[in-house]
Amino acid sequence: MAETALPSLKVKRSKPDWRVWLGVLPFFLFALLFLILPSLKLFVGSFTNDKGQLTLNNILQLITQQSILDSYWLSIKISAVTAIGGGLIGFLLAYSVTVGGLPKILRPILITFSGVASNFAGVPLAFAFVATLGRTGFITYLLSHFLNLKIYDAGFNLYSFLGLSLTYMYFQFPLMILIMAPALDGLKPEWREAAENLGATGTQYWLRVALPILLPTILGTMILLFGNAFGAYATAYALTGGALPIITIQIGAQIRGDVLHNPGLGYAMALGMVVIMGISLLGYSLLQGRTERWLK
Amino acid sequence: MNLPFGWLQFAQNRFKRQQKPPDGRRKTPFWSWVWFIGGTLYLALPLLATFSFSLQMKRDTISLQAYKSAFADPAFINSFLFSIGLATVTIIASIALIVPTAYWIRLRLPQARRTVEFITLLPFVIPAIILVFGLIRIYSQPLSIPFTSLSMGQSLTNSKYGTLILIVAGYMVLGLPYMYRSIDTGMRTVDVRTLTEAAQSLGANWYTIMTRVILPNLRTALLSGALLTFAIVVGEVVLASYLGVAAFGPYLFLLGQHRAFEPAALTFATFLLTWIAMGIIQLVTGGQGQTTGAH
Repeated sequence: MAETALPSLKVKRSKPDWRVWLGVLPFFLFALLFLILPSLKLFVGSFTNDKGQLTLNNILQLITQQSILDSYWLSIKISAVTAIGGGLIGFLLAYSVTVGGLPKILRPILITFSGVASNFAGVPLAFAFVATLGRTGFITYLLSHFLNLKIYDAGFNLYSFLGLSLTYMYFQFPLMILIMAPALDGLKPEWREAAENLGATGTQYWLRVALPILLPTILGTMILLFGNAFGAYATAYALTGGALPIITIQIGAQIRGDVLHNPGLGYAMALGMVVIMGISLLGYSLLQGRTERWLK
Repeated sequence: MNLPFGWLQFAQNRFKRQQKPPDGRRKTPFWSWVWFIGGTLYLALPLLATFSFSLQMKRDTISLQAYKSAFADPAFINSFLFSIGLATVTIIASIALIVPTAYWIRLRLPQARRTVEFITLLPFVIPAIILVFGLIRIYSQPLSIPFTSLSMGQSLTNSKYGTLILIVAGYMVLGLPYMYRSIDTGMRTVDVRTLTEAAQSLGANWYTIMTRVILPNLRTALLSGALLTFAIVVGEVVLASYLGVAAFGPYLFLLGQHRAFEPAALTFATFLLTWIAMGIIQLVTGGQGQTTGAH
């Protein structure tokens, strides 16, 4: 590694000694055994056939088999919808408790609640939504009892794309709040004053000053939300029992038994997920770099 | 006051206020209230629904019967205690692994920082389902390290201890980003270099420095990292079910297949537990809530 040699010149009593590296050996060993090797296995497996020979057939099959592409597409759709929706709602909520003029006391309440909600996922979250919007759920009952609105007769179904999206939103927009609230704090009052002194209205200030500054954070966080939903498995499985074939559920089925009849294809499916997650994390960190110029 | 007049006045007030030169912020944050109330309802209603449902086990009366029944199940007690045990071991092992690493990087090996930080971010790219996929495929056979003839005698997934090692390691990986960041930030704020030099000049050895100086100064960071790890591990279902470990997550999932009220009671209890963990983090860190990714 080229970069490791460079800083050691600056360190004064540097011993360019391999023994210093022993201090981080346990960590690297751990990472190798339980993070790098499993990932490497997926990578190698994606390019190997059942006889152990190098092949590109798995990748080829991955991008031609319609059912797999559909699963990816379903996952991407649900992640994008909940990332954009959660991003917008989260932004408005973060706005309301920071610069929106609500009483100061509400902020810590919403932030703590968001911290809990963004961690409240998986099986319990699915159960909570069944109790809320299931066939005999709380809201379902209230709507039919008081407004005579029978949502299940009107075509609503919790165990569908819409239902799963509503459920994902429960951990999506609180995450947006947690990240946006500090970013909104970073808007300096001077910027607003300067804009007003130059004759800008509130709308102009938001459209021409505040939003351009916040935009990288907003987009970056939405990408983070995308990855957050894209990797989710337990919530979807507990809610729909596998009826909605998003990509994580397909991979789960492949782990239980080789349902694709090609282990290599299973690896390739997992690799595809890692690639998509990697791209979104890269996008996030690039946008983060842009943000730090202004909001520090 | 009749309603139309009230609304008219309200609208006029808003209009007047906008006519005035803007003085920082509006005084009637009408839309802020709308967003806030809407969002709070979204967060609160599912909990309210779950809670009210969990009270209805006995017909036509409100009772805590579902809680009694759920908590009395020996399988619940076993799986829950087991999950707490897993969380404890994970937390201790994580701290033992990450504190010395982060410390060493800060003090002696800054050139390893970028690599280690990169590794700690990898779990964000590798969701639990992918991680468990890789772990099972690697360790379901006697491990042979690629490019060598080294191999371990037995596959980890076939033995009880092997499975436990795998699941704890997996949980350590899932918690790695949060634990590492928490500890690294803690070390930055307390300036471990100065502390170490001060302790050294007073004649302390490495063990004393670690246990008497570094760890106590990191207690806020450690606590928040530990609670986040706890929140991940206790309800976790993906690793536990695929590795075949009788933890609380799979138990709750199975219970949900054939019972109605008990799962609701346990769901609400899980929520309270998460709330307590996050509340403590808020208290000790005094602000920023963090978040995990065990969805």
